[in-house]
Amino acid sequence: MKLTRYVLYDILRNKIVLLYAAFLFLITAGLFQLEENSSKAILSLLTIVLTVLPLVSLIFTTIHYYNSYEFIELMLAQPLSRTRVLLSEYFGLVLSLLGAFWLGVGLPVLFYSPDAIGISLLITGSLLTLVFISMALFTSVHARDKAKGIGLALLLWFYFSLIYDGILLMLLFALSDYPMEKLTLLLSALNPIDLARIVIMLKMDVSALMGYTGAIYKNFFGNAYGTIFTLGVLILWAAFPLGLAKRKFLKKDM
Amino acid sequence: MIVIENLYKRFGKLEVLKGINMQFNAGEVVSLIGPNGSGKTTLIKAILGLIKPDKGVITVNGATVNGSPAYRASIGYMPQIGRYPDNMKVGQLLTMIREIRNTSNQDTQLEEEFNMDLLCEKPLGTLSGGTKQKVNAALAFLFNPPVLILDEPTAGLDPLATEILKAKIAQEKKKNKLIIVTSHVLSDLQELTTHVAYMQEGRLIFKKDLPTLQRETGEEKLGLAIAQIMRQQKNTQG
Amino acid sequence: MSKVVFYFGVIFLLNSSVQGAVLLVGKNQTITSLNKAIQLAKEGDTIRILPGVYKEKNLVINKRLTLLGEGSPLFDGENKYEILLINANKVEVSGLSFDRSGYSAMNDFAAIKVIDTDSVTISNVQIFNAYFAIHVSNSTRTQIHDNDIIGSPASEQMTGNGIHLWKCSQAHIYNNNIRGHRDGIYFEFVTDSKIEKNFSRKNIRYGLHFMFSNSDYYGHNKFIDNGAGVAVMYSKNVTMLNNWFQQNWGASSYGLLLKDITDSHIEKNKFIRNTVGVLMEGSSRLQVKQNLFQANGWAMKVQASCDDNLFEKNNFIGNSFDIGTNGTLVLNKFTQNYWDKYEGYDLDRDGRGDIPHHPATLYSMLIEQNPTTLLLFRSFIVTLLDKAERAIPSLTPELLRDERPVMKQLLL
Repeated sequence: MKLTRYVLYDILRNKIVLLYAAFLFLITAGLFQLEENSSKAILSLLTIVLTVLPLVSLIFTTIHYYNSYEFIELMLAQPLSRTRVLLSEYFGLVLSLLGAFWLGVGLPVLFYSPDAIGISLLITGSLLTLVFISMALFTSVHARDKAKGIGLALLLWFYFSLIYDGILLMLLFALSDYPMEKLTLLLSALNPIDLARIVIMLKMDVSALMGYTGAIYKNFFGNAYGTIFTLGVLILWAAFPLGLAKRKFLKKDM
Repeated sequence: MIVIENLYKRFGKLEVLKGINMQFNAGEVVSLIGPNGSGKTTLIKAILGLIKPDKGVITVNGATVNGSPAYRASIGYMPQIGRYPDNMKVGQLLTMIREIRNTSNQDTQLEEEFNMDLLCEKPLGTLSGGTKQKVNAALAFLFNPPVLILDEPTAGLDPLATEILKAKIAQEKKKNKLIIVTSHVLSDLQELTTHVAYMQEGRLIFKKDLPTLQRETGEEKLGLAIAQIMRQQKNTQG
Repeated sequence: MSKVVFYFGVIFLLNSSVQGAVLLVGKNQTITSLNKAIQLAKEGDTIRILPGVYKEKNLVINKRLTLLGEGSPLFDGENKYEILLINANKVEVSGLSFDRSGYSAMNDFAAIKVIDTDSVTISNVQIFNAYFAIHVSNSTRTQIHDNDIIGSPASEQMTGNGIHLWKCSQAHIYNNNIRGHRDGIYFEFVTDSKIEKNFSRKNIRYGLHFMFSNSDYYGHNKFIDNGAGVAVMYSKNVTMLNNWFQQNWGASSYGLLLKDITDSHIEKNKFIRNTVGVLMEGSSRLQVKQNLFQANGWAMKVQASCDDNLFEKNNFIGNSFDIGTNGTLVLNKFTQNYWDKYEGYDLDRDGRGDIPHHPATLYSMLIEQNPTTLLLFRSFIVTLLDKAERAIPSLTPELLRDERPVMKQLLL
């Protein structure tokens, strides 16, 4: 925890996180101010949570990791375990980015729209932040140079926010003659952004989801098991890359 | 104190350490020398656990390097180039390391002699190379460790600071500590040296004490003795 | 309102002009059964029924009588019998309770059945656990008001309708509270009638269901949480004003289903949180104005079989999809609606958007073809596809657009 404090301090010193928080705050508060009804503001916020948040988490983590290389090296020459050093970095990043998210998005949402949609937006946004910090840490630990690391991070972002869904869309049309509902449940779990989106959609589009196959998703995700499943899978999505990053970090030559 | 057995390391295609066997004992001041790329820094990083060897074992005071990180508490390390977080202030760095080490057995002599208190509020990113070296040195000696590993310690230091450091090393030598100093040429620390370890292309060519070396080469001065050996090496290779 | 007063006036006049005798029915009276009282009563008499439980069956009123319940006397059909049949003009029934009228697969058993009458009034009656509650056929000027009808919802086959009218005209049905039946209110071949201020909820099928019923007026009714919402079929000259259609959820559930409806007005209604607010099939010349569509799955689905309809000055707010359609042919006009999804601008500051709004998105078309793609709703790729489609329309009907959408929510 001592280490985390210094990591956090280091991150806050370079002001980018503060800018990020201010940016989120301006956008969020602006949306609520400008839009006549909060549902439309929430809709725009959803886009931010599902696209900007993962992107910023990935890029920021990657850049921070490479910039902290010296610090990490210094720590590792001390009687500290590698796991502890890596986790300190992780929690430092998590605390700073989550802090920015809650300041920038959390406060305005709690003020303007503290309903089920708003709350689920904040929870999934927080989980997505954890997930993408983990992923970026994983790629950063693997790739030796910064350019490659950022490239990988961008690729991950493209994959999870666009490519995966594109493939899924094609797949759904290609296999439209088959009952795909169960399979799509599974497929959605393979993309944390999709999973987060579905959680919010369940709150936001209750009416639409009651029609067609929507009822299946509603039945599955809408009950307590579904919620536990979704949160569980999102947490796995955060834990798994972090575990892999740790494994690599333990063996890594500095 | 430090035992290295059959140590191998390769980075991709490049084999950096090719089976090092070596022992360092308390009371020794070892000059670890060799040309650039001979594997000195890799060896030191292996001792510190910063790189993971492909094969071989290192023990420090009986503890294997791959196990608990606790053994590093007995090592003071002065890296070749001080690489620190740019935004961190000197004072914070010292506080942080103190918090991590969490020991009352502190030796603030260098910290005082280098006037670290004047630098406290300066971010590490703004420091000159020489000043960073002072910070490195102060940190390495801060916890009064039984083992000191100094990687090119005098490079970049001004003459005054060099003298302070030298005096400090001499003082620690008397306390029966193990001090390992690397350099690619023989530095101005040669008068303190008790042993010379010579590495070339990933191999330890020899580790000998000073009298033996002088006897074998017939040279009184350490610098000349080393030069003599280097010449011999070239000849045998050529 | 004036019409209601008028009706009351007429009833009052008829009552006072021909005052008959008053018969008392009660456990401790000389007449202990309603059946007996009906037989004793003469044309124009009033029967007052005192509190108590009466196990009577197949009562038939074949002369002009007034039945007045005091303290809600309860008629129990023991799940076997039809209770009351009215087969005379100007009969009034009020203040009675009915429970457990029988079920029959062969006949439409009802708590109260009205056949071939004129000016029958049923008011302040409570009906529980009936198969059909009030079943009216071939009657004119029937008044049904202030009744509470609570069914015990079983399957669609095992439960009849709450208020059921067949081949009637000039009926006036108001202030009734109906739930737990198959259809709350059911009309077939009913004309020139008014249905007002009824509250129909939690019925198995439709809150209101009418077919072949022309020139009827529906106002200020609430239809909430019914199995399939409200269905309106094969009728013309229908006016639906100020009704609430709320929370009708399900795969084939609609706030309002319009099938083959022509020359009708649907105005100032509120469609809130339905899977589909309005589904229109084969309907023409409808005026859909000043309605609120909020938080529905689809605000409206307008099938290509509809033409010549006008959608004007409606508010579309927070719906998942505003307009869905199944074809590219659009013969309807959208104008001056408020769309919260409108992304245009108003440079000349006249309160109307300067570029047209296309309420049907590419994705709303895709999802019609392949419902499984609902999984990708609100994803980045869908947003991109929709934006691309908006720039260069290829699959969405180019003519499905509001030329002059308003910038601010309309005050309705």
